[in-house]
Amino acid sequence: MKLLVVEDDRDAAAFIVKGLRENGHAVDLAEDGRQGLFLATSERFDAIILDRMLPGIDGLTILSALRASENTTPVLILSALDGVDDRVRGLKAGGDDYLTKPFAFSELLARIEAMTRRGASRVGETHLRVGDLEIDLLARMVTRAGRPIELLPREFRLLEVLARHSGQVVTRTMLLEKVWDYHFDPQTNVIDVHISRLRQKIDKDFATPMLHTIRGAGYCLKPGA
Amino acid sequence: MLELLRTSTFRLAIFYFGLFAFSAFAVLGLIYWQTVVYSDRQTGETIEAEITGLSEQYRNLGLNGLVQVIEERSSPERGSSMLYLLTDVNGRTISGNLTRWPDAHIDPDGWMRFRLNAPGGRLQDRHLAQATSFLLGGGYQLLVGRDLWERQEFHARITAALAWSAALTLALGLIGGVIASRSTLRRIETVNRAAAGIMAGEISRRIPVRRSGDEFDRLAGNLNAMLDRIEQLMAGMREVTDNIAHDLRSPLGRLRNRIETALLEPPSLDSYHEALQLSIVDADRLLATFASLLDIAEVEAGAPRAVIEPLDLTDLVTGLAELYEPAAEEAGLSLHQDLPTAPIIVRGNRQLLSRALANILENAIKYTPAEGSMSIGLQVEGEMARIVVADTGPGIPLESRDRVFDRFYRLEESRTTPGNGLGLSLVRAAARLHKGEVALTDTTPNASNPGLTVTLELPISGDKGAPLVSS
Repeated sequence: MKLLVVEDDRDAAAFIVKGLRENGHAVDLAEDGRQGLFLATSERFDAIILDRMLPGIDGLTILSALRASENTTPVLILSALDGVDDRVRGLKAGGDDYLTKPFAFSELLARIEAMTRRGASRVGETHLRVGDLEIDLLARMVTRAGRPIELLPREFRLLEVLARHSGQVVTRTMLLEKVWDYHFDPQTNVIDVHISRLRQKIDKDFATPMLHTIRGAGYCLKPGA
Repeated sequence: MLELLRTSTFRLAIFYFGLFAFSAFAVLGLIYWQTVVYSDRQTGETIEAEITGLSEQYRNLGLNGLVQVIEERSSPERGSSMLYLLTDVNGRTISGNLTRWPDAHIDPDGWMRFRLNAPGGRLQDRHLAQATSFLLGGGYQLLVGRDLWERQEFHARITAALAWSAALTLALGLIGGVIASRSTLRRIETVNRAAAGIMAGEISRRIPVRRSGDEFDRLAGNLNAMLDRIEQLMAGMREVTDNIAHDLRSPLGRLRNRIETALLEPPSLDSYHEALQLSIVDADRLLATFASLLDIAEVEAGAPRAVIEPLDLTDLVTGLAELYEPAAEEAGLSLHQDLPTAPIIVRGNRQLLSRALANILENAIKYTPAEGSMSIGLQVEGEMARIVVADTGPGIPLESRDRVFDRFYRLEESRTTPGNGLGLSLVRAAARLHKGEVALTDTTPNASNPGLTVTLELPISGDKGAPLVSS
């Protein structure tokens, strides 16, 4: 993917750019708001990683300018602001996702990939299919290899989020946000327990597992090999 | 002295003094004016009565009779202030105490006003006089008037009185203003001195209170109460800073030791990799601790940027119970839920309240031994919604119940379990932000494992029609 990173902190920028390039992305770097806005409007990117506090033009102003000119490139806001509702303000300005500094690189990568893919999954879709797993979003029914699987409402929602990002890493924080709409990190392994319950239901009676734990990052749902 | 003139009390005194002086002069002026009008009218009436009398004399007794009466009335021995002059057709004086006819204009109302030549001849001794003339039969002309020296005298006295009282009022006003301002200034000065002392570092110094209960005492009392609160907060802050330094030093030390150990071992990619992984875990834990500290500070400062809106507590509590139920089961605990179905509306921040409740539930799961049980309930009592989380764990001894809300405070027994000692601090900060309170009690008092019951009370939204139903 072709990505634009707008970040004035050299260390942070180097960390982000290096990680993204190592993961096979083409990355442009803008070191201030003016340059960032210029690049964002003059070239096409698959996603923009935008620092909220920049010299010159600040991040949210750039974002508003982009959205006002009907530029719909997905934007992930990076911010050192972690107040109770800073995230809400960032997303209201037109951000697609919000990540608080400092962050783990795996978290950033997972979010960029989820964000860019999300644009591809159509809203009108009523069925999701991952390998032999089929999810009927209207009837809220799940079958694997034709066998129905009984899920609790929250387990269904968890599976839906994983299926929408099938083949990608989904972090615990992302699940907590997307499935439960909580924006804090629990101290205990609450998400792991939910995942293992879900795994019991969709993987237990089948030869090949679909729900994988990616160490140090999160989870990934992919078709059985 | 210059400072005295600048005080507000002095300005106030001057203002009242001006007001008083103005009203005093207004009253005196009115009296003066009324008196002058009255005496002028009396003069006029006297002169007219005299003329009527004299013209009657002339009619009855003729010219000689009139002359006789005038001679008699204007003789200096009588000491009268009346003036008379009788002239013939040619203007020659026949009788009277005026030497000649005054050259004065006659007013439209018939009065002449002129100055008399007094014996001394000095200008300021020339009295004012008022007179009118009357034409008798046979070309005789009669002038009757009055010397106005009495009125002039009165005028001079009133003027002098006014000047004296003005001087007196001015002096008294100034003295009063200075005295009042000085006493105010003195009391302000004691406050200033105390404030300067406090700024110079004497934190426990207070403003002296006179016990007279006046506005200065009330001000001093309030300032002292404010200073007490500030001192208390500063002490709290110092304690927190000390605790932070102390509690963050050990994990940082651990992190450093881990890296050093890795470097001391024979070089191996695997061991380096593992050491770095573990270092990241340590660093993340430290970052999480800092984030929690910042959050608590923000919430305690009133979370000015937080969105406070009506939210359904039933929904919030049900969601969290559902989130933690599998984790409780995994820990070998049964989680009983006693939750209503009807919405209970409170005004609050969803993320913050969820996080507070998550901290309470995590504590219960963490500290309750396996085979134990937990319960979560939500009830409405009067104006308050009450979330109750009870466990069958070791509980918290009575003497530590206040301290567990302090940052970094952990019970001795729980030092070995993971945690940063900030969970309940956030719970209390969140409760207070929502004008609620959190309380700790035994689940089963007097048992060897009394358990802990955490009660989080939040005021129900005052919005009209807020449902107060609990199932």
